[in-house]
Amino acid sequence: MLIEAINIVLLGMLALTALAAVRLHDLFAVTIMFGIYSLLAAVVFVVLDAVDVAFTEAAVGVGISTVLMLATIGLVGRHEQRPAHRPLLPLLVVAVTGAALVYGTLDMPFFADPAAPVHQHVVPYYLGKSPEQTGIPNVVTSILASYRGYDTLGELAVIFTAGVGVLALLGLRRRKRPAKEHPTP
Amino acid sequence: MRDNPVLRIVAKIIIPVILLFALYVQFHGDFGPGGGFQAGVIFAAGFILYGLVFGTEALRNAIPPGLLRFVIALGLVLYAGVGATTMLLGSDYLAYGALADDLIGGQHLGIFLVELGVGITVSAVTVTIFLAFAGRNDP
Repeated sequence: MLIEAINIVLLGMLALTALAAVRLHDLFAVTIMFGIYSLLAAVVFVVLDAVDVAFTEAAVGVGISTVLMLATIGLVGRHEQRPAHRPLLPLLVVAVTGAALVYGTLDMPFFADPAAPVHQHVVPYYLGKSPEQTGIPNVVTSILASYRGYDTLGELAVIFTAGVGVLALLGLRRRKRPAKEHPTP
Repeated sequence: MRDNPVLRIVAKIIIPVILLFALYVQFHGDFGPGGGFQAGVIFAAGFILYGLVFGTEALRNAIPPGLLRFVIALGLVLYAGVGATTMLLGSDYLAYGALADDLIGGQHLGIFLVELGVGITVSAVTVTIFLAFAGRNDP
């Protein structure tokens, strides 16, 4: 009962934060709203007992993303430009997509249903064998780094590629201003 | 922000704590929540705080871009190298059991090394992206 009340409050605040982010036009305020949204999402993950995911959400979503978006706002200015098109068609597309997704959830098993396929496939094997096969108490780490080592290598390659892409597009050198802009006194 | 003494002093006190906490998250990931991804981001957050308070130029002096470029690749090479090592030892790619005499010891060593690789690359990429964006505003 208490958990339901906490979930309702958290999800309600998530929806309110998302609405506020859509309604606001000051990009600085929108960025802070995104940070609050990530913080609430992290708390939802804690309620779901997914502490590793909550940790990542808190560190990446609240911390790094907010700083990167603020750095971008510093480059592009903090005020949103008026949209040149009417919002009706995008709204229709979003509404239809959202309705299709909600319709899709009707076929999903209930949360924490032990008969759900996701809990029947490899999960019993990992939970049962992880202590004797890896000797690591945190099953999340043993799955991430050992059983699913290839996937994590791929994820790391994705992050590496992102870093190389930013280096290739933006670079780390400072922009060279033309000399005539800064005449020596 | 460079002229604000409160920010400067608080940052100087808190940055070592952030870096230490990142190392704790990195090496304690086997036993509690955390691991290479989270530790890398927290470690980078310490550097980003330094860059925010003291300016990106100071951060650039603290970690030269050439070193950063090297470290980005280092983590991925460490991860992939663990896999290559287990293959050279006669086992499958990333089968950590081959790294030590017993299975548990090999798993511990292998997971330690690949998580370290993840942490190194994630922290270097995060600092790089911050420098690439925020550094463009420098006068």
